[in-house]
Amino acid sequence: MTMLPKWYEIPLGGALTEPGSTRKVKTGEWRTFRPVIDQDKCIRCRICWAYCPEGAIVEVDKEHVTSKGVKYPVTYEIDYYYCKGCGICAEECPVKAITLVREYEK
Amino acid sequence: MPRLALTSNYATAYAVKMCDVDVIPVYPITPQTTIAEKLSEFVANGELNAEIIHVESEHSALSACVGAAAAGARVFTATCSQGLMLAYELLPIMSGLRLPVVMAVPCRALSAPISIHGDYIDLMVARDAGWIILISSCAQEVFDNVIQAYRIAEHRDVLLPVMVAYDGFLMSHTIEPVEVPDDENIVREFVPKKREWLYLDVDKPVTMGPLAGPDWYYEIRFQQVPAMRNAYRVVKEVAEEFYKKFGRRYDTIELYRAEDAEYLMIGYGAVWGFIQEAVDRLREKGISIGGMRIRLLRPLPVEDIANALKNRKGFIVIDKCLITGMPVGPVFSDIVTALKLSNVDTPGISAVHGVGQRTMYIRDFVDLAEKCIEMFKSGKIPKESIYLGLRA
Repeated sequence: MTMLPKWYEIPLGGALTEPGSTRKVKTGEWRTFRPVIDQDKCIRCRICWAYCPEGAIVEVDKEHVTSKGVKYPVTYEIDYYYCKGCGICAEECPVKAITLVREYEK
Repeated sequence: MPRLALTSNYATAYAVKMCDVDVIPVYPITPQTTIAEKLSEFVANGELNAEIIHVESEHSALSACVGAAAAGARVFTATCSQGLMLAYELLPIMSGLRLPVVMAVPCRALSAPISIHGDYIDLMVARDAGWIILISSCAQEVFDNVIQAYRIAEHRDVLLPVMVAYDGFLMSHTIEPVEVPDDENIVREFVPKKREWLYLDVDKPVTMGPLAGPDWYYEIRFQQVPAMRNAYRVVKEVAEEFYKKFGRRYDTIELYRAEDAEYLMIGYGAVWGFIQEAVDRLREKGISIGGMRIRLLRPLPVEDIANALKNRKGFIVIDKCLITGMPVGPVFSDIVTALKLSNVDTPGISAVHGVGQRTMYIRDFVDLAEKCIEMFKSGKIPKESIYLGLRA
């Protein structure tokens, strides 16, 4: 809280004088459940990437070889800064590779 | 300076014209309609270069005011009663966005039962929307207050919307002599367009009215607190400058024969004329009474009220509206708060008169004062308003 501006430091009426302010909003703090991708189960179908309303599923150029020896050129990761934990990715995943883990629990 | 015979509504329209307003979104409602009509006439005749936006409701009118003021225009509108209630949603939005719009409110009763007549209930219900409120007591003051309102609203230390209120019908539709400058440049010099508020500009983009969560709303809302404090100062400064330029003096409150008065009779709007006349008649009878009226209702001039009422034996407030749930009138409550904050313990009596434009007679005020002075002397202060002019 100490980092937030004081009332006299905010433009009048709360106007935003610089663009891109929503990028700074850490919507990840809203999360109750954290989606976790099992990279071995994931078949790289991109359905979660397409369905995520926040664009919080990120395609990373990182090779992954599953325990069964299947080699993928990319990895899908979750941007927890923005992920609100809505669970749509887990709901849509055709191979149940995404599980929802309660935040603050290991 | 030439004198014109004008109703308070026409005085408003003349002042708006002279302030060179750019945009006028307006929807007709009795008793405001003649303002909209006169302004339409000025625009149609080419006397005022403004955009009149014909809207489908008062809610739309005030919404258009938000947009126009956000675009940097000098904006005027007028409404009252049911229209003001319909537009209510936009009132705190206007003050929250810090848009310096000026709105005339010829005050009228609220339904039900439906009434088109003069009464201050609409204004009192709209008191807490963050607008500065000036209440005028004659057509000349309406003209002068509209001009001052733009200076106050657009002042960089204020940037809040202003309501210029007065009595529906009793003022909006009665003709009085009003001094109107020949040359509107005199007025325009007094209210130069400085445009010191944040407005939408493609070269300097801003987002107005974004969502504010619990860690932002409070600070943004708080910004209006110092703005209102500044407004009190600016109202006085602008009144002083206005006096130097136009020769008519105004303050947050006005006193009449009050210097040595033991008692004060207090009102606002057109009731001021009744109070002054009643004070004269009471003085003739040897009663030590004076008059006071509230010109600035918001921000409430707490210190000025307390200074005016300290060392008196009692005061009477006449509220021209009936609000239930509180046993006393709304302005009476405000005055009591001002006194309590200032440690002034002058006793007061609340009275209600002129509800729904019930006829008021000067003798009512004389009788009221005599009755109240007896109560002050005996110490038997009523715990509820005295209802004048009621068939009971």
